[in-house]
Amino acid sequence: MKKETSQIILKADQLSIGYKTKKAENVIASDINFELKKGQLIGLVGANGIGKSTLLRTLIKVQSALSGTISLNNRDVNTTSTLDLAKQLSIVLTESLTSKNLSVFELVALGRHPYTNWIGNLTDKDHAIVNASLSQVNITNLKDKRCYELSDGQLQKVMIARALAQDTDVIVLDEPTTHLDMYHKAYILKLLQKLTKETGKTILFSSHEIDLAIQLCDTMIVMKANDVICDQPCNLISNGVFESLFPKDLIAFDNATGSFRVKK
Amino acid sequence: MVLVVCFFVNISLGSVSVPLKSIFGSFFGTIENTNWQIIIMDFRLPKAITAILVGSGLGISGLLMQTLFRNPLAGPFVLGISSGASLGVALVILGSGLFGGIFATALISKWSIVIAASLGSFLVLLAVLAVSSKVRDTMAILIIGLMFGSITAAVVSVLSYFSSAEQLQQYIFWGFGSLSNLSWNELLIFFGIYATGLLLSIASIKGLNSLLLGDNYAKSLGLNLKQSRLIIILATSLIAGTITAFAGPIAFIGLAIPHLTRQIFKTTNHKVLLPAVFLFGAIVMLICDIISQLPTSDYMLPINAITALVGAPVVIWLLVKQRKMMF
Repeated sequence: MKKETSQIILKADQLSIGYKTKKAENVIASDINFELKKGQLIGLVGANGIGKSTLLRTLIKVQSALSGTISLNNRDVNTTSTLDLAKQLSIVLTESLTSKNLSVFELVALGRHPYTNWIGNLTDKDHAIVNASLSQVNITNLKDKRCYELSDGQLQKVMIARALAQDTDVIVLDEPTTHLDMYHKAYILKLLQKLTKETGKTILFSSHEIDLAIQLCDTMIVMKANDVICDQPCNLISNGVFESLFPKDLIAFDNATGSFRVKK
Repeated sequence: MVLVVCFFVNISLGSVSVPLKSIFGSFFGTIENTNWQIIIMDFRLPKAITAILVGSGLGISGLLMQTLFRNPLAGPFVLGISSGASLGVALVILGSGLFGGIFATALISKWSIVIAASLGSFLVLLAVLAVSSKVRDTMAILIIGLMFGSITAAVVSVLSYFSSAEQLQQYIFWGFGSLSNLSWNELLIFFGIYATGLLLSIASIKGLNSLLLGDNYAKSLGLNLKQSRLIIILATSLIAGTITAFAGPIAFIGLAIPHLTRQIFKTTNHKVLLPAVFLFGAIVMLICDIISQLPTSDYMLPINAITALVGAPVVIWLLVKQRKMMF
């Protein structure tokens, strides 16, 4: 059991991310190394524009890395087919859905696509998994609603259920707490924590909710201008990593409470 | 059911009404009135089948384009298919004046128009496909298709400036669209290409459903985005291209039918939508054709005018009534 929990699932090695044009490479962050363990909740934090989204987009293969390797389950993602990757990694993005006329059940059922036949028919097993995913995030009552009828918080839960239904080892969420009120921010992150405990999945999310992330995450990746640090929240605090995260003129990190305070 | 009724009513009505009973008679060759037999077997039946193929085909290609481009305004012709066909036909009909002489009269046969239209749409399509394999953004392909449309429209207007009134009239008549005048042989070719496109669309159903989430989600679900996009574009082009070649640029159906179907069935699931659009497209086209023949009169209105005259108010009414667009 001990061995299982310390298993490394997602690993970045000498990763360099950014955008490539014909003339030049625009490097956003380089020399990124981290190892994420199975069954953990991992928060990715950093200031605006530091490259959190770019890192996530690179990890989920929406854009390619400039150099370095990403391995998922000990396999380079570049050599993994799109379909194989779909069975190992699912995503929740900030972009809005193309069609909000899908019912909640239909949307969550789309998560079964990597497993269904050529026309996408759901088997009994698929139905069971979809229903289980719905109940894991407590939205069974929303099953027949259409997506445009939902609040932002509800929609976020639906998208998480969809990722669950995809039955992958890793779920990556890009800023799952934006547009949500304080209660729902905590609710969603707490839900993610519960899911890692219950299902053994590894969940990586980016967020600006540093206070909440410190309290809930097993591991945090902190992105700074020249450095990307991956460690347990308590170690990050004692090493003073958060203090240098933002310019010091307005807010300061309070080690005692593990949160940021506005300077009076 | 409605489709079958419309099909027979369509065959039965026209400048000469033929009783339904005699229609069955003529199918099995047990009818005494040989005039009716000829009217039905060589004219009405091919036309009714053409109407079904055109209506369902345009509806389906409209559906594919609307989902692929995430745009409710997209239709089968957004890729420049109809503009390509128009350009081909314009070059044959109008351009023949420029080249002049014997060449001109030899060129303007029906087949030359069909070939010109197919060639035109095929070339524009190749250009769009070539561009789309390089461009990542689906929206960019949409714009590129529209730009091709503008270019061809410009060329057509330059050509018309130098053309005679007679040639212009011929070109305009082609633009009206027509379901009639297809021989059985032509129909067979039409059907062959149409069926290929239809099979490709059916194979794309799953991909289309995952595209409802957006490109990135679709990819994360294991969809080979480039390949599916290519198949969807190819299916549309095959279907819409042949339709335009054989029946002219029939507007409106491709845009309106998918909306109509979504409003009525209240779903965006392509497993339901595709067959429903097929049926609706065919039914609407048959009805439009019945109206355009002005039953019992000798006149025939251009089908293109009827589709819009009948269809547009229906779509407006549905949208106003439901106050919300299904997409």
